[in-house]
This record gives sequence, C-alpha cells and structure tokens, in this order.
Amino acid sequence: MPKISVVAKDGTVFEIQAEPGTSVMENAVRNSVPGIEAECGGACACATCHVYVDEAWQEKVGLPGPIEADMLDFAYDVRPASRLSCQIKVADGLDGLVVLVPERQS
Amino acid sequence: MRDEPIDPHARIVVIGAGQAGFTACTKLRDLGHQGPITLIGEEAHPPYQRPPLSKGYLLGEITEDRLYFRPLSFYEERSIDLRLSSIASAIDRDRKVVALADGNVIAYDRLILTTGARPRTLPATIGGNLDGVFCVRNLADINAMAERFLEGRRVLIVGGGYIGLEAAAVSAKLGLRVTVIEAALRILQRVACPETAAYFRALHDEKGVTLLEGAALEALEGDDGHVRSARLVGGSVVPVDFVIAGVGVVPNVELAEAAGLTIDNGIAVDETCRTSDPDIYAAGDCASFPWRTGRIRLESVGNAIEQAEAVARSLTGTISHYDAKPWFWSDQYDVKLQIAGLSAGYDNVATRVGSAGGMSYWYYRGKELLAVDAMNEPRVYMVAKRLIEAGRSPSAAVVSDPATELKALLS
Ligand SMILES: Cc1cc2nc3c(=O)[nH]c(=O)nc-3n(C[C@H](O)[C@H](O)[C@H](O)COP(=O)(O)OP(=O)(O)OC[C@H]3O[C@@H](n4cnc5c(N)ncnc54)[C@H](O)[C@@H]3O)c2cc1C
Ligand code: FES
Repeated sequence: MPKISVVAKDGTVFEIQAEPGTSVMENAVRNSVPGIEAECGGACACATCHVYVDEAWQEKVGLPGPIEADMLDFAYDVRPASRLSCQIKVADGLDGLVVLVPERQS
Repeated sequence: MRDEPIDPHARIVVIGAGQAGFTACTKLRDLGHQGPITLIGEEAHPPYQRPPLSKGYLLGEITEDRLYFRPLSFYEERSIDLRLSSIASAIDRDRKVVALADGNVIAYDRLILTTGARPRTLPATIGGNLDGVFCVRNLADINAMAERFLEGRRVLIVGGGYIGLEAAAVSAKLGLRVTVIEAALRILQRVACPETAAYFRALHDEKGVTLLEGAALEALEGDDGHVRSARLVGGSVVPVDFVIAGVGVVPNVELAEAAGLTIDNGIAVDETCRTSDPDIYAAGDCASFPWRTGRIRLESVGNAIEQAEAVARSLTGTISHYDAKPWFWSDQYDVKLQIAGLSAGYDNVATRVGSAGGMSYWYYRGKELLAVDAMNEPRVYMVAKRLIEAGRSPSAAVVSDPATELKALLS
C-alpha cells in the first residue's frame, strides 16, 4: 500500500498507509489530522479540505479539475501547489506523497 | 458572551449517533473535555455520512466503510463510549439519567440531543406498507433497495425534492425506467424558485426521466403483498417494480417531548443551543433555533456540524452563540448544485448566466440578497456565500450582468 505523509500546521507529520482509490482527504480524516475539516465529505462542495502538494510531487499529482479549480480560487491563501485533498486519489504511483495542511481552511 | 464552563470531569451523554452527535463528541474532546462521553446510537453502524446515500453509495461507487466518519477504533482512542444498536427510551430530568431500551440507565451532568429526523412514510392505508416501497434515510434503507436497481426495472419516485431527484438521477444512470411524481404544481416547490425547478426539470427530461408535476398519489396497489402499480389522483395508473418515497422528514422530538422539553417544529433551543432545560442541549435536524425574527429548523450537514460545534463550545465555556450560515449541495448527473443562504421569504430572482454552461439564480427580498442557487458555478457559490454571510447585497442588475467580475463583488 502506498504511504502518504500529511504535515499538520504545527509540523507534525502523519504517515499513513493509504489504500489505492481512496482520497488523500479520507486518509487524513480517518487519522484525525487536525486542520482538514472536509465538511462535505468529499463532494467537492465545501473547500475545507485544502492542502499544498509538496513541490517534488506536484507534477505527479497533477492539476485540479475545473470545478475544483473554481472552488480553490476562493480558498484561504491559495498557491500554485494548492489542491482539494478530496480530489486527489491515492495510487501506487503516489507512494511517498507529501502534502501540507494550510494555516486555516477559510 | 461566555457561558460558565462545565466541570471538565462532568459526564456528558449524547443521544443520536449521526452527524451532529459525532461532531459534538469529537469537538468536546478537541476542546479538552476530560469527563466521560457516551454516544448512544440506534443504528448498527458507527456514525456515517448520509449525503452519499442518495448519490455515490446508491450508485455503487463507494463502499459502506468509506461512509463512516471514523473507524470504530477512533472512539476507543478518544474515550468516547459509543453504544451502537442502542435506543434511548426515556429521559428522567429529575434524576438526570437516560434510560435505554435494553434496561440500562446512564447518568448525565449534561445531555445533548442529536436525534435527527426520520422520513415521512406513505400511509399503510394507501399501500405504503407493501413490499417494494422504500425510503432514503439510513444505510439500512439503501442496502434493502440495492438489489432492485437493475437495468430496465421501473421505479416510481414519490416526491420531487432534492432527495427524490437525486434518487431519480442515480436510477436513470443505472438504466432504470424512472417516473417521478410530485403532488405540488412543480418540483422543488418548497425549497427553490421556479427557475431552479425548470433547470432540473429540463435536466431530468433530457435523461429520459418522466416527471409528473401536480400528480398526487392516490394509492399503491399490489398483489401477494408486493407493489405493482401506482394509481394517481385523476385515475391514471403507473406500473412499477418498486417505489421510493422522498416526501420529507419529521424531526425526532418524541423523547424530548415526553421529558417535557419545549417543542416548536423541533426541539426548541435558544441562541446557545440550550433547550428549555438548562442542562440539556440539542443540535442538527432535530433542533429548531432562533433565526432573525422567528425560528427555523435546518436539514443539512453544514448546520449539523456547526450547531454541534457550538454546543461543544457552549459546554466548555467559550464563545457559544450559534450563528447559522446555511449552505447545501446536491449532485444530479453531471450537475453540482450549491446553495448559499436561505431563500425563504424571497420576492424576486435574478439570473446570472455563467460562461462555461453554468447558471445561477440569486434570491432577493426587495434589495436584500437572501440566497443563491449555483449550478456548476462553484465560483458564484463561493462569492455568494461570503456576500450573504457579510450581509452584503449587490444589486440584481449588477449580478445579472455577465460582464460583472465575480471577485469585484467582494471588494
Ligand atoms: C439521502 C440523504 C441525502 C442528503 N444529502 C445532503 C446533502 O447533499 N447536503 C447536505 O447538506 N445535507 C444532506 N442531507 C441531510 C443531512 O444528511 C442531515 O441534515 C444530517 O445527517 C443531520 O444530522 P443529524 O445528526 O442531525 O441527524 P441524523 O444524521 O439523522 O442522525 C440522528 C441519529 O440519531 C439516531 N437516533 C434517533 N433517536 C434515537 C434514540 N432515541 N436513541 C438512539 N439513537 C437515536 C438515529 O437513528 C440517527 O442515526 C441528506 C440526507 C439524506 C437522508
Ligand atoms: S471535502 Fe468538501 S471539498 Fe473536499
């Protein structure tokens, strides 16, 4: 199973064995990573699951889809590395992925 | 405004292990509450999300365990005593105990009621108890109907609200033959403007769903106890293989009512989410709370989360006034509807045509912006949510003008 790391805003690193096909958000939430609220449960409707993808992984993770990009446009402190973690699907190719939780969600 | 924080070792009991009950318990622990927390849930599953029940889960796209907010181990780790398949049958406010249907009693210092709502059912006198008649509220409801979702089957959906329309979309996607009947003159009558209703009517039409408005059910008829057809007022008969009722919900207030708490379209709470008993709080679909000059009850995930968090804050003595910021979403086919605000009381609607096939309807009372329905328009939704929360009302003329930059509305 791919291993992903979610870095909380206080720097704590959550290393998670993540099942392929699940979203990064689901894994963060199940492991109670603080700062990922994910109020809509992954419907791409709330933008409270915002993360920054570590630079080394941006190309592999790819760009947000159109709806996601529009939601992100109004998130707090958006950067080129921003993604909604409910829209990033874990896959074998993402073994080692690192994402960072922003200061706040809105 | 501060409340007196409770003793950090106080015993807290939460009745109803849904979105609000789960959130209240988790938030209490996040805020440092150390005393015992007991979460009592009638259902057999750990707390789970309901929205996918009429969307991805019904479609078969996600598995049951992915609906759970947390795995079972979480409750143990955070010392939340989760009692599943357990029904609270009475509250004794003098002795401050909750009686369970299995005979146990649990003592509380503070009690939180998050009993949610249950679907209205079709009366047995019109065939509502026939085999093959389902509703959409619990995992068990969906699991029971799942095997009927076979290509070519005829499903009748009674009720053209968001849940009925989502069930229709899933059914159509899976190749069923779908009829929706709505007794009111149009779908979404209670919750949306004629423009939004027309948008979704056209969408379902295009997908081959038969949508009958102003069509009231007279009775379901069956043989061998299984539903076979639906007779509509006026005499027409629709042959069916199974039926899904999506005719609204009623709040679960009976426990509170029997305990003598004030009920007013739900368990009545004040700004701090307190019921008429100062040691008992309520949140989520079961609770009605002060809103502007009246009182409302909301049925949405956002409300369940934010109100439950307000309860937890109230109990632990921080800012506790619940200030509702209503939002909602619905997924049908490839359309994502996002709603900001509450449209009740609107008297005019402005239309904004989006660039990439999106559409939004802006509800006003006079010049005051109340709510926005945004179809495949996430940017409109995000802007509208901020405007409404800030109490700002750009004019209808400005929002309807496609040349108006959305971001400019915020500046
Ligand atoms: C199919 C469906 C789709 C939805 N889609 C959306 C959507 O897209 N967006 C959105 O915002 N909202 C949606 N909602 C609404 C949202 O799910 C609810 O508003 C939310 O679940 C309310 O949470 P709650 O905790 O108040 O109530 P519930 O989730 O109903 O939980 C209450 C729980 O309490 C239990 N209970 C009740 N009485 C007792 C008792 N005496 N003893 C023990 N347990 C008891 C019940 O069994 C239930 O499990 C949808 C709802 C449904 C059913
Ligand atoms: S969880 Fe709501 S947008 Fe990702």
